[in-house]
Amino acid sequence: MDAIVIDNVSKAYGSTKAVQTVSLSVKPGELFGLIGPDGAGKTTLFKILVTLLRPDEGRATVVGRDVVKDFRALRSLVGYMPGRFSLYPDLTVEENLSFFATVFGTSIQANYDLIREIYVQLEPFKDRRAGALSGGMKQKLALCCALIHKPEVLFLDEPTTGVDAVSRKEFWEMLQRLKERQLTMLVSTPYMDEANRCDRIALMQTGQILAIDTPSGVEHLFRKPLYAVKAAETFRLIQDLRKAPFTQTCYAFGEYLHLTTEEGTTPADIDRYLRERRHEHVTIKPIQAGIEDSFMALMQHG
Amino acid sequence: MDKAVITNKLTKKFGDFVATNEITFDVAQGEIFGFLGANGAGKTTAIRMLCGLLKPTSGDARIAGFDVYRQTEQIKQVIGYMSQKFSLYEDLTVRENIRFYGGIYGLNRADLKAKSDQIIEQLNLGSVADKLVASLPLGWKQRLAFSVALVHNPRIVFLDEPTGGVDPITRRQFWDMIYEAADRGTTIFVTTHYMDEAEYCNRVSIMVDGRIKALDTPSGLKRSFGTDSMDGVFQILARGTSTK
Amino acid sequence: MNRFFAFVRKEFYHIQRDRRTVLILFGMPLVMVILFGFALTNEIKNAQIAVLDFDHGQHSQRIIDRLLSSGYFRLRQSLTSYRDIEATFRQGHVKLVVVFPPNFTNDYAHDGLAQVQLLADASEQNTAISLTNYATSIIQSYNNEQNPPNAASPLQISVEPRMVFNPDLKGAFVFVPGVMAMVLLLVSALMTSVTIAREKETGTMEVLLVSPLSQLQILFGKVLPYLLLSFLNGCIIIALGIFLLGIPLNGSLLLLLAETLLFIFLSLSLGLLISTIAETQLVAMFASLLLMLMPTIFLSGFIFPIESMPRALQFISQIIPARYFIDIVKGIMIKGVGLGYLWKETLVLVSMSALLMGISLHNLKPRLE
Repeated sequence: MDAIVIDNVSKAYGSTKAVQTVSLSVKPGELFGLIGPDGAGKTTLFKILVTLLRPDEGRATVVGRDVVKDFRALRSLVGYMPGRFSLYPDLTVEENLSFFATVFGTSIQANYDLIREIYVQLEPFKDRRAGALSGGMKQKLALCCALIHKPEVLFLDEPTTGVDAVSRKEFWEMLQRLKERQLTMLVSTPYMDEANRCDRIALMQTGQILAIDTPSGVEHLFRKPLYAVKAAETFRLIQDLRKAPFTQTCYAFGEYLHLTTEEGTTPADIDRYLRERRHEHVTIKPIQAGIEDSFMALMQHG
Repeated sequence: MDKAVITNKLTKKFGDFVATNEITFDVAQGEIFGFLGANGAGKTTAIRMLCGLLKPTSGDARIAGFDVYRQTEQIKQVIGYMSQKFSLYEDLTVRENIRFYGGIYGLNRADLKAKSDQIIEQLNLGSVADKLVASLPLGWKQRLAFSVALVHNPRIVFLDEPTGGVDPITRRQFWDMIYEAADRGTTIFVTTHYMDEAEYCNRVSIMVDGRIKALDTPSGLKRSFGTDSMDGVFQILARGTSTK
Repeated sequence: MNRFFAFVRKEFYHIQRDRRTVLILFGMPLVMVILFGFALTNEIKNAQIAVLDFDHGQHSQRIIDRLLSSGYFRLRQSLTSYRDIEATFRQGHVKLVVVFPPNFTNDYAHDGLAQVQLLADASEQNTAISLTNYATSIIQSYNNEQNPPNAASPLQISVEPRMVFNPDLKGAFVFVPGVMAMVLLLVSALMTSVTIAREKETGTMEVLLVSPLSQLQILFGKVLPYLLLSFLNGCIIIALGIFLLGIPLNGSLLLLLAETLLFIFLSLSLGLLISTIAETQLVAMFASLLLMLMPTIFLSGFIFPIESMPRALQFISQIIPARYFIDIVKGIMIKGVGLGYLWKETLVLVSMSALLMGISLHNLKPRLE
């Protein structure tokens, strides 16, 4: 039985269709990512799954319980970390944690095993007010609070948004270790580079799912030839390539530009075109598309 | 003098806490300068001092030649600022927002009119020029906020995590605008959590615990730290020090 | 139960760590007591009076007609004996009793000197002073008309005002119940609604809703600390009134405390109702101020006597809970009456609480929508 089943769920706020006929399922013990920008409908979908909102249409179950009918029973089985910092800034680290433990009818000691690895980093600051913690520490505390009752499924809504790259990486490493304990996790993120850390991902855009697959499966959805191009003057390179007759799309990707071309274009054609325009230090190499390439292609072609 | 920013041992202390510790760097006119660092590394404090919003404890800094201690009013005239929480008024229309910000910087009626028309045409906002900003998609707001930050033709524009939360295509369209502005000679001073965006900068500085730990071109940094991505450089420099 | 107490303990942490809350809680009663010590005099219209006419003569009748046609007074009842006076005042409608002694007309016509007694309910100090002043001047102008110009020995009516219940006209007697109503309302309703809105704003409400805590537990967990604090506050104000300002406590302390608890419960129900609607602290604050503080100050009879309000406002004042609470406190402390006299006001408060609590519980939803 799947841990999360979403079956044709739709939800609108007034005339805004936040989620449109979304279906997906998450297996027990899976680390599943919802990848998409703001306004993709990730948060709405989360709120439906943690019983805070009712879907307009369709149905969803989490660990076999219906999110509408069995919402009471479900609430003690899920852990939820909302998008924004949702702890009490005027309570200390320890007070926050013990409050949430008691609310869920347990204690810090009872489930300490599950949070130990994360909590040891917080322990030196256990008497500090949560509001005075750094971004990365707040995030760890919020994760501890969401885990303290040993939930069967953990919902993490944009846990890494606005957090620096180092804290983000640490956070994903923590999730990897939780995965080893067979915890089912649904995580959303706007950062495409985090998708590779999930078992499977769903790409979302404006309330719809563009694709569901493993990260490498999503990468292979991109079938056109793709080149990474680099030259001394990046801005002029973009402008020239966009004007080129063989160019379909040209976007900046880190230090390279990612270029898709018309059928039959060879690297030699591109090279000749650029030399004619006096570009120096030109590098052109065929590459395998990444998740972000696939996302952009899917955005444009549905 | 063609340096947009020059700092020398710029320091800010809050009580015993040294938020920014003797940072020294300069930024050329028309350069895209990436200002990276972990949360709490002191970026925000540094930017506030450079914008003339916070008085340094010690050290010097000049913005477009103006002194950050004494010439804060002049500095405000030559800088633009845009943060992730765009400074646009959601309950004003596109045109009203442009006119408001233009008005703040003392543009006259004719200039305001010309500038509004120019921005609206450039951004292709003609059909929504008289619609409330609240009704625009995030990506459009973002580009409008950037144009508004440039409305008074500042010499330097500070962008504080400008691309958070938008889709990958919109993010790149935004960077196209940044390149264009830099090409016209505006200095871009940008912070971001997207490490691939660090690669788009001409030079990048990385702050750790109040100090600038590295400053070079992206390829120079990658070479000296022996990794193939800016993320790798960042992880090496900032790891272990962010857990405070 | 453990969960519930964890919740209550958390609320006390919040209160204790927010200096502003502590300041408002315990500074406000003091400041208000001082502030409203400077009571204002106000104009009166259509105050209800009673007449005790032992004379039934021509002059007493004319003076009564004068008083009633002045626009200031309305006759509520005619009394027949001195014993009726106190009972009339205790009922609380009549603010002034005019007493004509036997042979008033006779004395006035033959001796040229007669006496009128004015008894005012001085538990409402401002009203009492104004009413006796108006009545006195109306009677004196009647007297002047009766005198021919340049009379050798002019006719005289001596007016004898007497204050009942609050003979020294202490201002404190008037405003302390009002301050109490205000402070209790503010603390109970405003603070509960604001703290609930704060949980919505910070997003912690989402986490609480997703926990096994029931909505009732969340709300009563919010309410209980403020119930205790408000009650403590009520006690402080009563103590301030008695020991600092010398207000008598003529009635039952137990009844006073019970009525105070009832009023706090009512205020909390109001706060809960506001919080079921308000999504932000700002909205909760404005709703509380607009819906409670303003009407309480202006329409409860605390500052402006209800008798002198336009009819429409008088009508509105009937749905202001503080109005009834103020009457109850005055009744117990100053007049020394018991439930026998105050059952009506008490019943109003009980039904209001039941209604408000009913609506807010009905409004509760186990989800965000």
